[in-house]
Amino acid sequence: MKKILFISRHSPYGTSQAREALEALLAAAVYGQDTQVLFMDDGVFQLVNNQNSATIDQKSLGASLPALPLYDVEKIYVHSESLRNRGISANELVLDSVQIIDSQAVSRLLAQQDQLLSF
Amino acid sequence: MRGFFIDAMKFSLLIQAAPHSAQASATALSFAEALLKQGHSLHRVFFYRDGVHNASELAAPPQDETNLPHRWQALAREHQVELMVCIAAALKRGILDEAEARRYQKASANLAPGFVLGGLGQLLEAAVESDRLITFGN
Amino acid sequence: MSTLHTVNKSPFSHTALNSCLTVCGPDDGVILLEDGVYGAMASAPSHTQLKEILARGIRVYALKPDVDARGIGEKLMAEVELADYEKFVQLSVQHRCVQSWY
Repeated sequence: MKKILFISRHSPYGTSQAREALEALLAAAVYGQDTQVLFMDDGVFQLVNNQNSATIDQKSLGASLPALPLYDVEKIYVHSESLRNRGISANELVLDSVQIIDSQAVSRLLAQQDQLLSF
Repeated sequence: MRGFFIDAMKFSLLIQAAPHSAQASATALSFAEALLKQGHSLHRVFFYRDGVHNASELAAPPQDETNLPHRWQALAREHQVELMVCIAAALKRGILDEAEARRYQKASANLAPGFVLGGLGQLLEAAVESDRLITFGN
Repeated sequence: MSTLHTVNKSPFSHTALNSCLTVCGPDDGVILLEDGVYGAMASAPSHTQLKEILARGIRVYALKPDVDARGIGEKLMAEVELADYEKFVQLSVQHRCVQSWY
């Protein structure tokens, strides 16, 4: 079983980057590998609660994220510095079951993987 | 011959950028050529997001500019590389093979020969099967 | 196991290089390509951060075809090594994983 980390660094809605990263992650999760995801840089904006994307005619990304544990993606990492730089606190996220990790821990996380998928 | 002197690795590439508008897919192609020249193998090139436009049969760049779809086709022919285009991303962006064009009742198909449509699961398969997976995006 | 980082955006307009350097590990490598080669310039905003990375023994490369295309060969930090595609492939073999920052 390979350790495969998806790294999602872009904000939702402005481009399809975040949505298509999530679709790839959900498709990958059913294959029985050790699939994990890291949200970093503007990617942390995907986790902000109170998203109401109906206003711009898009599917809500925030509403899709709680599906991750249902797809057996339980290792969900969020970069602490990215949150801090954007003024987002841990209790403003759509998911409780995330691990907020600092830059050194991100570095170690990358070093543990067999493959990285960069989104 | 080089394969005798190196531990040949199996690569896959994930390409997320359109040709022409961004440099990423040209970089990917140069990388692909270099890895093959060094005796490594290329398991799959997976085109996702705007990368699906690398598979358009209808691209008609000027003669004095590089034609990336043609170069991918040439690479695939010469080295038997699988060029796979994510079907979900392709449909959204108007890259269709004959079957999808019929299914969606579109006037024509435009998936260039040498490319195949495939599901996102094939990206994961590439990650599992390959020693190295590299993303080229914009 | 180490990571090869690729960065293809200019630090004068994007934060990709900055983010990359923030999470570089001790055995990692960095290769600047496409517009990322502007990050190798002595005048780049990431200059100080890059010097710290280099001081930690992390090697930083710039893809030569992209440097030459942009005419900035004379303006690069001395410590950044020029690499061709052959070297790029070798680096990807040498490191366990590749993370692309774009």
